[in-house]
Amino acid sequence: MSSTAFEVKAYPEMWESLNMDVPRFDKARQMLGEVYGKMYLSQPDRPQNMAYFDEMISEIFGGRIKEMLDVKKTGKPVVGTFCVYIPEEIVVAAGGICVGLCGGSQGPIPDAEKILPRNICPMVKSAYGFKAGRICPYFQIVDFVYGETTCDAKKKTWEILDRLVPTYVMEIPQMKNKRDKTLWLEEVKDFKAKVEEVCKTSISANDLAGAIKVINDKRRALQRLTGIRSANPAPISGKDALLIEQIAFYDEPVRFAQKVNALCVELEHRIANGEGVAPAAAPRVMVSGTPMALPNWKVHNLVETAGAVIVNEESCIGTRYFKDLIDENTSDIDSQLEVLTDRYMQIDCSCFTPNNERVDQVLKEYKDSNAQGILHYSLQFCHTYNIEEIKIREACEKEGIPYLSIESDYSPEDVGQLQTRIEAFLEQIRG
Amino acid sequence: MRVGIDLGSRTIKVAAMCNGQLVDHQLAESGFDPYGQSMAMIKKYEAEKIVATGYGRHLAQEHFAQEVITEIKAHAIGARHFFPDCRTVIDIGGQDSKVISLDEQGRVANFQMNDKCAAGTSRFLEIMAATLGFRLDEFGPAALESQNEANINSMCTVFAESEVISMKNRGIPRKDIARAVHLSVVNRLVIMLSRVGFGRKIVFSGGVARNPCIVHMLHEWLGEAKVESSPAPDLIGAIGAAIHAGKC
Repeated sequence: MSSTAFEVKAYPEMWESLNMDVPRFDKARQMLGEVYGKMYLSQPDRPQNMAYFDEMISEIFGGRIKEMLDVKKTGKPVVGTFCVYIPEEIVVAAGGICVGLCGGSQGPIPDAEKILPRNICPMVKSAYGFKAGRICPYFQIVDFVYGETTCDAKKKTWEILDRLVPTYVMEIPQMKNKRDKTLWLEEVKDFKAKVEEVCKTSISANDLAGAIKVINDKRRALQRLTGIRSANPAPISGKDALLIEQIAFYDEPVRFAQKVNALCVELEHRIANGEGVAPAAAPRVMVSGTPMALPNWKVHNLVETAGAVIVNEESCIGTRYFKDLIDENTSDIDSQLEVLTDRYMQIDCSCFTPNNERVDQVLKEYKDSNAQGILHYSLQFCHTYNIEEIKIREACEKEGIPYLSIESDYSPEDVGQLQTRIEAFLEQIRG
Repeated sequence: MRVGIDLGSRTIKVAAMCNGQLVDHQLAESGFDPYGQSMAMIKKYEAEKIVATGYGRHLAQEHFAQEVITEIKAHAIGARHFFPDCRTVIDIGGQDSKVISLDEQGRVANFQMNDKCAAGTSRFLEIMAATLGFRLDEFGPAALESQNEANINSMCTVFAESEVISMKNRGIPRKDIARAVHLSVVNRLVIMLSRVGFGRKIVFSGGVARNPCIVHMLHEWLGEAKVESSPAPDLIGAIGAAIHAGKC
C-alpha cells in the first residue's frame, strides 16, 4: 500500500443518524487518513500483520462503530471511559462494550475552550470538545460515560460533561492504605450495580470469570508484544507498537488479542532471523509518563524520524494498562471482586501519594526493554506527572541513565524546539 | 577547508576553518529565504565538508550540507574550542535560550531549553527595546545606568509587553524599565542554570553575550563563577559545526 492510497472510510449516513456534525467530521476524517499515510505507511519494513491495525484505522469511524451499534441493538450498553482504572471486565461480563473515548487531537480544543478554562490538560479539553462539537462517533453512541477522580481537571469537567452525556464518576483513592482499598472495592461494587441496572441483567460468577479471562488474554498479548520489543534490532517501530496500544482501547478484545498474538509470531520470526525495522546501532528510547491518546503520535514521530527507535511506553496507553493481571483462580463473585480490586490497586498512577513503586517500575522497564535512555513525556498542566517527574529524573541521574523531559500539548507550534531537544538527546546517547 | 553553517531563526552564521583556524566568517539576516541566503553565503568556499546546525539544519542537509548536528552540540564544541576547560555554556538565541552542561571530555551531559515561547530570548530583547524606543546596541548600556529596582513579572513576551506599556504609563523612566526587562531575562537564565548545575567557568555565546547589562547581572548572581565572553559570540555554533566537520 502506498502512502497516498490510505483512506479512513466515510460513513456519512451512519454519522447523520448519530447526530454528528458530518461536514466538519468528514474533514477530520480526511486529515487523519493523510497523516496516517504519511506517518505510518511510509515506515520501512513494516510487519505484514500490521495490515489488520491499518484496517482498524481505516474503519475507525465506520466498521467498528457498526459492530458496536449491533451490540447495542441487543440491549447491551456501550460504556465510554477515560482511564485504565475503570474495570472493563465488569462491562464485558454484562455483555457490553467498554471503549476508551477520543481525546488525543488538537481539533476539538477550540470547542472546549468556549466553556472550559484554557489552562487545563489538553486531553481533557480535547475530549470535552469532541462531545461538544459532535465530532466523535464513539462519544455519540455511548450509553453513558464513566469518569473517575484521578485529577482535578477531569473530576470537575465530568460535572460539565454530564450536561451533554450521562456521566458517572468512580472515586479513585489517592493513597494505598487498607481503608483506601475498602473504598475502592465499594466503588467497584457500585460500578457493577450500575452496569447491571443498565443491562437489566445480573452478572454471575461465571460471566465475570469469562470476562476476566478475555481481558487478561488481551493484556497478556500486549505483554508479549512488549517483551518482543526488547530485541535488538527492534522488530517493530515504536509508532506501530503505540498504535496497537491505542487500538486496544476500542477494538473487540478477543479478536484484538488474536491479532496481536499473530503479529507476535511474525515478530519472533524476525528476531530469529536478526531482522529489524531499524539498524542495531539505532538509539533505543523508552517513553515514560502521561498517556498518548489516538492520534497523538507527535513524540514518537519526532524520535523515530530522527533515527532512533522507541522500545517501550511506561504509560496508561502502554504498560500501565496491561502489566498486571487478575488472578483467575477464584470462583465466587465476592472473591472475584476482591482480586479484581487488588489488581486495579496495583496501578501506579501519579495521582497516588506516595507512588514510589512507579519509580521502581520505570527502572525495571528500562532494563527489561534494553533501552538506552528515558524520555519523560508529560501533558501540559498534568500536575501529578509533572511533579513526579522530579523523582524519575533523580532516579535516572543516580543510575546514569540518559534522560530528557518534555512537557507538551497537541499543538504543532513547539515541534521545532522539541526536534532540537530530541536530537540533542540522541546525540547524548550516541556519545 | 571545512565549513560550519548555523541557520538560526534570526541570522545565518558561517565559519570556514582550516587546520583548526578560523579563516573566514560571515553573518547575515535569515530573511524569508534561508536556503537562498545560505547558498549565497557558502558558494565562495571550496569546502570538503559542510556541517549544518540551527533551526534550518535539515533544510541545509536537503540541499548542500553533508551532516547536521544540533545547536546544543555545536555550541558545546565551539565553546570548548575557545575555552578547553569550560563545563557550562549559556546560549541566547533568536527564539530559544539554553544552558548546556558538559562533562570533562566536553560532551553534552545535560541541557535545558526554554519552553515554547519567546521569553528569555534575544527576540524578546529586540521587541522590548523597540517598545521602549532604544536601538539594540543602546539597550544594554542604558539598562546598566539605571539604579532603580523595577520588576517585570510576566514570563510571556506578549504579556510582558503589556506590562512594559503600563510601566511607561505610570511614568517610570525607560532606563528603569529597560533594567527590569534585562533582569527578567537573567532570572530566566538563572532558573535554567540552577536546574542544570554549573561550573566555575561559564561560556556565554550568541549575540546577547555582547549585552553588558545581561553579563553584569549574571556576574552579580553567580558570585565566584566567571562568565567568559568569547571573541566571536555569534559564531560559536558555526565554529562548532566546522570543527565537527573534521580536520583538513
